[in-house]
Amino acid sequence: MARAVTTQHKTIATAAAWIVALLIFFPILYTIITSFKSEQEAIQGFALIPSGTTESYAEVQAQSGYFKFFLNSVILSVGSTILALLIAVPAAWSMAFSPTKRTKDILMWMLSTKMMPAVAVLFPIYLIFRDTGLLDSRIGLTVMLMLINLPIVVWMLYTYFREIPGEILEAARMDGASLWNEIIYVLTPMAVPGIASTMLLNIILAWNEAFWTIRLTTTNAAPLTAFISSFSSPQGLFWAKLSAASTLAIAPILIMGWFSQKQLVRGLTFGAVK
Amino acid sequence: MATQQTRSLARFMMAPSVILLFVWMIVPLLFTLWFSFLQYNPLNPIRDGFVGLSNYKLFYDNPAFFAAILNTLTIVVAVLLITIIGGILLALLLDQPIWGQGIVRILVISPFFVMPPVAALVWKNMIMHPQYGVFADIARFFGAQPIDWFGQHPLTAVIIIVAWQWLPFATLILLTSLQSLDGEQKEAAEMDGAGFLSRFWYLTLPHMSRAITVVILIQTIFLLSIYAEILVTTNGGPGYASTNLPFLVYQKALLEFKIGQASAGGVIAVILANIVAFFAMRAVGKNLDK
Repeated sequence: MARAVTTQHKTIATAAAWIVALLIFFPILYTIITSFKSEQEAIQGFALIPSGTTESYAEVQAQSGYFKFFLNSVILSVGSTILALLIAVPAAWSMAFSPTKRTKDILMWMLSTKMMPAVAVLFPIYLIFRDTGLLDSRIGLTVMLMLINLPIVVWMLYTYFREIPGEILEAARMDGASLWNEIIYVLTPMAVPGIASTMLLNIILAWNEAFWTIRLTTTNAAPLTAFISSFSSPQGLFWAKLSAASTLAIAPILIMGWFSQKQLVRGLTFGAVK
Repeated sequence: MATQQTRSLARFMMAPSVILLFVWMIVPLLFTLWFSFLQYNPLNPIRDGFVGLSNYKLFYDNPAFFAAILNTLTIVVAVLLITIIGGILLALLLDQPIWGQGIVRILVISPFFVMPPVAALVWKNMIMHPQYGVFADIARFFGAQPIDWFGQHPLTAVIIIVAWQWLPFATLILLTSLQSLDGEQKEAAEMDGAGFLSRFWYLTLPHMSRAITVVILIQTIFLLSIYAEILVTTNGGPGYASTNLPFLVYQKALLEFKIGQASAGGVIAVILANIVAFFAMRAVGKNLDK
């Protein structure tokens, strides 16, 4: 009896959950479907079965050189993440293992820098970039993205490092390990999972950053965010091409994101929710 | 335990992050503050010079200013309400035993990974387009007149798109928090005869309060500076109907080249963000100390 009720309950919950999930996913699903339609099909009204043509993909690459933007996205997101890690790992390490009275305040202050609206400093940054020749350069934008995500990287690493038991470090110290040896041989192996998670989340955030990447680039360093935004100016009906470009732009990060759900929760809540 | 040497080394290791963030925060902001007291037009520098507070006055007198502040706050509050209420309901649903939970989770979380310009363009062209969008198809199917979302309800349209992007985030975090709720507590409450609603109100909701606080903080940070979604869909219009403060500042600076006024707007945006941040950070600080 109880068993039957449970199954019924499960069936209803399953149906409800799937319907809601498919509704939420629908815009993405429909974009993927439309990308396999011809332009004519795409505006002929609602249809879930495409003809399966890949002409839009070919055209997107031929017309706008999708691959160059893709490469820029990879360089910027991975480059800024590695740079941020290089700077943040020592900071997070010292805050986690030699905390002072001020550590909490410093962490909070770092987070508060994220609160500054980017647009408030748009023009000064624009001027600095222009006068130093960094406008539309990959280096400039990599530094920019690094600065934007640095607080989150420090925070995330801090929450991971804090969970490494301090006794192990003390034991290593007793054995006479120098500080650098301690970091390289004791700490690093235990910290790798945390660093990897941080890296994953930060690449996702950098990949999707859509203010500075649009405003500080034109052609040379423009990543996919800028590429997609260029579709916003009306150039006639281009649903299928737009869908193909969109699918290409989100696919890599979507797949990465699926694998990083747990880290995402942890990282973006500063370890408060696990 | 820490020796003097480790302590100074710790400081040395922290220095790059702290200095970089400090410079990054303070230098451009000082520029902005300085520009906000100038008449500064890169295209027409004849009348450039110090003008005191008149940029603030101009910005203040601009009817777009109040519209922009109101729109900014409307977006933040509306999206927070939708995503938190929706997120709690969705989390409760996904916490039930269901078949294919892994796939359902993947489907629900996906919009969060879609870059803002793509989200905005897909909604603008394929979902909300008054002629070719799916909403229009549905409306016609029921014999109704399709809604011109971006012409008639631009702010609502932007809110829907942004809420779609952030609902997955809220859901995922609230679900994670929900799943850490002690099963025994739940059972005990059930044994005591507590109904679903009272269990939710007295047990589940207090348990999730920390997660909800964090969701509010994080989303507020990002929602205060919504930009790409507006740029791609409505371009702030019609009129100023969907212009928020970041978008207004962008317009003044890079389209009209009124750097002084734009900077004044930027300073106001910083003050606004700080007021909001002050309360949000306090709440989070308290919650994290627990």
